[in-house]
Amino acid sequence: MKPAKFNYLRPSSMEEAVHYLSEYGEDAKVLSGGQSLIPLLNMRLSTPKYLIDIGRAEGLSYIKEDGESLVIGTLTKHTEIEKSELVKGKCPLLSEAIRWVGHEQIRNRGTVGGSIAHGDPSAELPCVLTALRGEIVIVDVNGEEIVSPEDFFLTYMLTSLQPDQLVKEIRFPRIKPTCGSAFVEVARRHGDFGLVEVAAVVDLCEDGRFSDVKLAIGGVNSVPTLLEDVERLLVGKEPTEEIFNEAGDLTMELVEPESDLHGTAEYRRELSGTMVIRALKQATDRAQGGRVM
Amino acid sequence: MEGIKIHLKVNGQDISREVDPRLLLSDFIRENLLLTGTHIGCEHGVCGACTIQVNGDPVRSCLMLAVQADGCEVKTVESLIQENGELSHLQQAFSDNHALQCGFCTPGFLMTLSSFLEENSNPSEEEIRKCISGNLCRCTGYSNIIKAVKQAAQTVSN
Ligand SMILES: Cc1cc2nc3c(=O)[nH]c(=O)nc-3n(C[C@H](O)[C@H](O)[C@H](O)COP(=O)(O)OP(=O)(O)OC[C@H]3O[C@@H](n4cnc5c(N)ncnc54)[C@H](O)[C@@H]3O)c2cc1C
Ligand code: FES
Ligand code: FES
Repeated sequence: MKPAKFNYLRPSSMEEAVHYLSEYGEDAKVLSGGQSLIPLLNMRLSTPKYLIDIGRAEGLSYIKEDGESLVIGTLTKHTEIEKSELVKGKCPLLSEAIRWVGHEQIRNRGTVGGSIAHGDPSAELPCVLTALRGEIVIVDVNGEEIVSPEDFFLTYMLTSLQPDQLVKEIRFPRIKPTCGSAFVEVARRHGDFGLVEVAAVVDLCEDGRFSDVKLAIGGVNSVPTLLEDVERLLVGKEPTEEIFNEAGDLTMELVEPESDLHGTAEYRRELSGTMVIRALKQATDRAQGGRVM
Repeated sequence: MEGIKIHLKVNGQDISREVDPRLLLSDFIRENLLLTGTHIGCEHGVCGACTIQVNGDPVRSCLMLAVQADGCEVKTVESLIQENGELSHLQQAFSDNHALQCGFCTPGFLMTLSSFLEENSNPSEEEIRKCISGNLCRCTGYSNIIKAVKQAAQTVSN
């Protein structure tokens, strides 16, 4: 029996969960899929007095369309996103990225809300959400609040979430059918956290120039990061070898990786440039293939 | 802390027990139910030795609390043996192909693979490799495991 003692609460609704959080939030941890939290409990890096298991709370697992977004309930499991035809059709970037999250056994229990709330800078979903300018819907006893990824992710494993707040759902803007998207990652082994990962979406004008570019990188900074300067560099330009290389060079200037056991800062910087080029080329290919020129 | 009553089905049998909420499902299976086929390696989700099936899906039993399995259908490696006492196709294929040495990792591989083969009876080598990427083996070098999976898939499709 490895986790330290705790009081176990299993709310059956979001309202009940939020009520517990307002009461015990400072001393409590929310348990969703448990794929990040239970290892921390097992190692006793986390010893909450109360564990609020939202796994059985009704009505928090769904994937639906709402206007321009795919709205995904916090308890939706990675596997469900992976299998969803709706996600494949409306947000292929998310379908492509989700397969990189851990191994199947992890994806069968891990949830989208848990991944976002955990705030790991090398996790795939935060990177996709950042690139797409998605939204995180948070609730507490006072009501709902919508937060942007930039305001939500503060630094390594730290988000703006307050102890009495719950992630309710995540909104991923759908990708226009004329766009091409790509998610690329280098990990030591498939299923491990990425060393560097890039999410890219591009749209092209009739004359073949970039009309829109969305680009985010994960694994190299303390939070998933938008590469807005690279986006600006590309819009209005033609997709040529030179411009892709310029995008890669600029990326290498923008990132601030650190060295660890899995790779040096120099290697990660170099890899960032390469991966941005790879993602942009693939997304551009797909955008070109998807339209009649 | 008082215990919490849980009801679940393990390998087809209805079970009711009172458990401490901090009891891991892996420990519940081994120590309370004495089903010691489920092995424990790392206890943080990395090695795959503790893989079981919950409601048909392979999951890590070291990353679940026993209370979370309340109301679920659980299958451990002990469920694979056939009613007449013979090994399942997959177990037989592991034996035939020397796909285990010390056997520590084997239950986890079998529980991952038996669910995989049910969904994909004719997998490519790449699909097999991807499937087993979440299970670590120190002994075999994986090649014989891949051979065993191919044999098992073939036996079933014949
Ligand atoms: C071997 C292994 C490999 C992995 N590889 C990857 C990988 O490559 N990429 C990746 O992205 N992840 C990876 N993970 C983590 C996994 O994806 C988790 O599924 C995910 O990070 C957390 O989701 P969860 O539902 O399991 O959350 P939990 O573990 O239940 O919770 C994680 C954290 O979020 C908080 N939380 C959960 N839900 C809410 C909520 N609704 N509101 C407020 N707070 C909440 C919890 O309190 C906790 O602090 C890996 C895990 C393992 C064990
Ligand atoms: S013991 Fe569960 S994955 Fe290693
Ligand atoms: S057979 Fe020994 S670890 Fe796999």
